[in-house]
Amino acid sequence: MGLTSSSVGRGAVDGGLVLAKRSESDRVVALAGNPNVGKSTIFNALTGMNQHTGNWPGKTVSNAQGYCKTAERGYVLVDIPGTYSLAAKSAEEEVARNFICFGNPDAVIVVCDATCLERNLILVLQVLEVTNNVIVCINMMDEAKSKGISIDFERLSSLLGVPVVGTSARKKKSLAALTAALDKLTDNPIAPAEPLITYGEAIERAVERMLPAAQAASTRLNPRWLALRLLDADEAFLHELNLFCGKNLLTDDGISDALRDAQAVLSENGLTDEALKDAVVSAAVKTAERIAGEVVCCTGEPYRTRDRKIDRILTGRAVGYPVMLLLLVFIFWLTISGANLPSAWLSAGFTYLESGLSALLILLHAPLWLRNLLVLGVFRVLSSVVSVMLPPMAIFFPLFTLLEDSGYLPRIAYNLDRPFKRCSACGKQALTMCMGFGCNAAGVVGCRIIDSPRERLIAILTNNFVPCNGRFPAMISLICIFFVGISCGFAASIGSALILTAVILLGIGMTFFASWLLSKTVLRGVPSSFALELPPYRCPQIGKVIVRSVFDRTLYVLGRAAAVAAPAGAVLWVLANVTVGDVSLLAHCAAFLDPLGRLLGMDGVILTAFILGFPANEIVIPIAVMAYTMGGTLADIDSLSAMREILLSNGWTPLTAICTILFSLMHWPCSTTVMTIKKETGSIKWTLAAVALPTLCGAVVCLIVASAARLFI
Amino acid sequence: MYCLNDIALGERARVLSQRTSGGIRRRLLDMGLVEGTEVECVGQSPCGDPRAYLIRGAVIALRAEDCGKIAVKREEAVWG
Repeated sequence: MGLTSSSVGRGAVDGGLVLAKRSESDRVVALAGNPNVGKSTIFNALTGMNQHTGNWPGKTVSNAQGYCKTAERGYVLVDIPGTYSLAAKSAEEEVARNFICFGNPDAVIVVCDATCLERNLILVLQVLEVTNNVIVCINMMDEAKSKGISIDFERLSSLLGVPVVGTSARKKKSLAALTAALDKLTDNPIAPAEPLITYGEAIERAVERMLPAAQAASTRLNPRWLALRLLDADEAFLHELNLFCGKNLLTDDGISDALRDAQAVLSENGLTDEALKDAVVSAAVKTAERIAGEVVCCTGEPYRTRDRKIDRILTGRAVGYPVMLLLLVFIFWLTISGANLPSAWLSAGFTYLESGLSALLILLHAPLWLRNLLVLGVFRVLSSVVSVMLPPMAIFFPLFTLLEDSGYLPRIAYNLDRPFKRCSACGKQALTMCMGFGCNAAGVVGCRIIDSPRERLIAILTNNFVPCNGRFPAMISLICIFFVGISCGFAASIGSALILTAVILLGIGMTFFASWLLSKTVLRGVPSSFALELPPYRCPQIGKVIVRSVFDRTLYVLGRAAAVAAPAGAVLWVLANVTVGDVSLLAHCAAFLDPLGRLLGMDGVILTAFILGFPANEIVIPIAVMAYTMGGTLADIDSLSAMREILLSNGWTPLTAICTILFSLMHWPCSTTVMTIKKETGSIKWTLAAVALPTLCGAVVCLIVASAARLFI
Repeated sequence: MYCLNDIALGERARVLSQRTSGGIRRRLLDMGLVEGTEVECVGQSPCGDPRAYLIRGAVIALRAEDCGKIAVKREEAVWG
């Protein structure tokens, strides 16, 4: 169901995984599978958790754990990122492989997409080489049925030697079979069986030579699998393997002798490194093909006529881009026109509450300074964040989530791959850019789906050029106030949506420009390859998504308002009321930043607000407005018209608004995002670059706009 | 010898060999694109590149550069 509160903000930071068993009898179960087969949906249904789901490959990029209680015992379920095979190539796949191979789960549930079983069986077969305690869970049975696909579970189960269950994860009831199978499997672990994949004579002989040494090397790993991996000699994997075994396997005498022996067998048969790797994968693919041929009966089309028709519009030559643009405008229009009413209600409610709070404090004989601190500082900032910023955030978020669930996001990456390639970047960057609209921190973590480290770094550094959910409500307010009027009629909301879209397009343009610039300078390189699965379109669970994410977002923003906006309000009040030499600290601060602010078309107060807004972008404009009113004028600042009065009387012009919008689009990322970037890049240097890049771009653009305006107007 | 780029929209082909290297090679193999796999071109992006291919029941977008390294044998055209 798209981004959730736990997948954005601080929750986006991957803190690693420490398995939390509740009792000794609890078992650890991994949920593995190809990307986008519904692992997270099953995980959520079983654990009652709210893990980020969406209809696109790659949205789960780190391990998540949850607890599930069945009739027999408790399970710690680990939702691992989707992967096509156990030979990892990207950061998120490495996470998956390491958990299956070295995480020592008691059982692995391999989730398969029933509509595409043959390809999914490749991973099943590879996992079966590692462990026998596998349950094959064939998901999306409902979709398969409507596509005319039927699967013989019994036959599949006897061919694979492990239990097979069918589910439709969106229907919770269908999961009963899965938990029953889980109980049965953990009671009676499956005995080792004959290997399913055979690799041709030469490789089998080489494996045989390796077996004794592999058996000696580790008691916990399947020797045949270990032998194959040692022959495969993937460097990153060997590194993990050595860590797991606690010794360098290649310098182990038994292993290195056996390896030399086995390699001699391979080269006698003309098998080079590359040819061996190919043969190993091909054998799995061919075995999957054979098994699927025996159990799958398909009467319909795999790529449905319906999907073909939708794709002809959404990715069509003439209409692909215009449709994308229209969709963007439409979403912003819905957000803007939908936010007006709740904003007005909240504002009225807060004005009422404020007089109540004042009266209460007077009743309690609170001293004047405390009253002012609480009411003028804390309450005012908090209420304006909630009333002005919350409604657009709570409306945009579910809309974005619906888009995510529908399967459109990968199409955006598909459409934009060519332009990104021109900038020597990867089309998947479009996916992480879209995530940025929801939350930049989530976008940065999402960059794990990009295989090439260079392209991934570009995507991380440029993610901040799309304004997150916390930034564009401020843009909307300023656009309404200065450019279309706050009448909020139909024309005005369309006008705001168009202007906002133009701003976003500028942000996307800057993303391209910065990506191009980076790949021509510090991150030089040629574009690597691109292989992205386009999932079938699915109808999102509209009601559930809306209720869930409006609720989520509201709680999230309220939480942040309490955690960040309220203290910021207090700090602001203190700054405004502690005086040094007859002038308040705030005034000192603003005066100090004023020359720079003016140069960039803004003023010192706005820059101060941007700095105070580092913990959360949504508080920037409320803080600026508050700072202006700290002088003592008791105005109600929760409504747009009041904000307009305050801004105008403090010397704002349309130019100030333009520059503030531009700087809001391009400045340092919020503290959570900075933390995430540090975590994901593991480098202070790149974190600083990620802060400097958008800030410099914003400063330069504002400088140009302000200077040009001064010259010509 | 034809490559995947020579296949028209709606046409099917069978993979003979692929000369890609590195990460993309493994990725394509993992997605099931081995020798003998049937592939159908099912769409193209607005710029004409990448194009979408139906591989073992899944629709996968691939760039022309990579497709140029995948040799195929054309099969009968299926329009639809």
